Amino acid sequence: MESAGRRGRLAAVDEVSETKLPGVGVRHEFTTDDGREVGVLVHHDGRREILIYDTDDPDACTSLVSLSASDSRTMSELLGASQVAETVAAVQQDIEGLSIEWIDLGASSPVAGTSIGEGRYRTRTGASIVAVIRQSESVPAPGPDFSFQPGDVVVAVGTAEGLAALRSLFLP
Amino acid sequence: MLFAAGSPDAALAFIEIGAVALGLAVLARLAGRLAISAVPLYLIAGLALGEGGIAQLDVSESFISLTAEIGVLLLLFTLGLEYSEDELQEGLRTGVRPGLVDMTLNALPGFALGLLLGWDVLAAVLLGGVTWISSSGVVSKILADLGRVGFRETPAILNLLVIEDLAMAVYLPVVAALIVGGTLAETTVTVTIAVAAVGVILFAALRLGRQFSTLLSGGSDEAFLLAVFGITLLVAGLAQELEVSGAVGAFLVGLALSGAAEERAAALISPLRDLFAATFFLFFSFQIDPADLVDAAGPALGLVVVTALAKVATGWYAAMRVGAAERGRLRAGTALISRGEFSIVIAALGVELADGPELGALAAAYVLITAVIGPIAARYADQVPIPSRWVRERRAARVAASS
Repeated sequence: MESAGRRGRLAAVDEVSETKLPGVGVRHEFTTDDGREVGVLVHHDGRREILIYDTDDPDACTSLVSLSASDSRTMSELLGASQVAETVAAVQQDIEGLSIEWIDLGASSPVAGTSIGEGRYRTRTGASIVAVIRQSESVPAPGPDFSFQPGDVVVAVGTAEGLAALRSLFLP
Repeated sequence: MLFAAGSPDAALAFIEIGAVALGLAVLARLAGRLAISAVPLYLIAGLALGEGGIAQLDVSESFISLTAEIGVLLLLFTLGLEYSEDELQEGLRTGVRPGLVDMTLNALPGFALGLLLGWDVLAAVLLGGVTWISSSGVVSKILADLGRVGFRETPAILNLLVIEDLAMAVYLPVVAALIVGGTLAETTVTVTIAVAAVGVILFAALRLGRQFSTLLSGGSDEAFLLAVFGITLLVAGLAQELEVSGAVGAFLVGLALSGAAEERAAALISPLRDLFAATFFLFFSFQIDPADLVDAAGPALGLVVVTALAKVATGWYAAMRVGAAERGRLRAGTALISRGEFSIVIAALGVELADGPELGALAAAYVLITAVIGPIAARYADQVPIPSRWVRERRAARVAASS
């Protein structure tokens, strides 16, 4: 979930700032809608700490909980991580040579307004469109009459060449 | 000199080394209980056992001194291991200015005191080094123990430690070359060679670190441990041959290791380092005459007062640059007060100088005091009253900014 292109399009995500902590790891933080500062400290060993900053002393924080790598997966599942990403990752693990790509159509894609069926993408590139992420919603397995809109993020699976061909069709 | 395992000499040596190690174990435990670094306690133990102390050891000096030297190498190796290339580059990018402030405020008082005491310039430069460098071991421990790793001012502290370590990669070889001495021309040549060698190794470490790590990391833990230990000593020895301090060679090997090899090396070498480094601290204070230490107490105290304030100012400035408020700046400053292993490594470089004994005693007294008061100051930094006017102004500014 680190790809900036994806995050930028996944609905209204708060602005997350990132700070490197030499010898320790990386700290990400953002301000909640209520105005609280919340952070996640990712240690080099994969452990994650959830931090909440003090309101009186804005530089001090309390570590709410420390999570191992698998705890973190459980936690993000509970918080509603994108199911699509998980499913696609599972597909990729099964079949060697397949890659997934998230293609952000942006504001001026030539395919906006056209449907998947019209594009005959699988025939032309060999790559399959497995999902489309629109706003915060994800549409798994969109049918041939699904129409693209500007700002959609297309999740496609295929060989590296197929995905490159698909990308060139989608982007202006 | 080697002992045969069954000889009476060996029996005596085993008894002495065993007793000393057990004593150190008790001290390390005590240090853990008091939440301070074990280094000052090791130094005290060394004083008690060394020259003019209460009980003198007969263990062969060459054996202990070689063990102590390996301790320094492993200390520096693990220090280099701590940071990745990205972190170093990031540190260099953002930390040069606070680093210069740090050096000016903290090295100058030590240097000035050295001159005031009538030492020669080189010994004064070493004392400047002693007061300059915070103990990254103690500082990281303070941050972890007090749960401050996530605090906003913490990156400023850690970046400063990175810069200090990098500065040492230049300072140590230059000073080591100066100690070798000679005419002006000869010294210029040795210093140039030293700096060039560090440059080459540093470049190679950053560029070829990955291949180097893959090359070393094959095989079992046993094979890997021996490979890492071997390459560290080998590079350090070669660096020493070039009159670049061996410690810096070891530091750069640590830097070059990256990724999975880095974590594996840290886990395997740490116990070895603790063992050898304890010997180093012990041996360092073996050579100090307790009488010298008493004489050094006054100047050391004065130096502690000045340089503790200097570190607070440094931390205040560095934390201010990352946008921390007054409370955070004070925490950053107090966290940096502790000096430790590096100061002793620097002082140990000067043993052979005319002013070496006094330098050693002063450095030991200085580290003893700062390593004890540093963690205490950091712990109570939050209880120091900060003028409420500042806090009010700050809060008003935040409210204005967010609305």
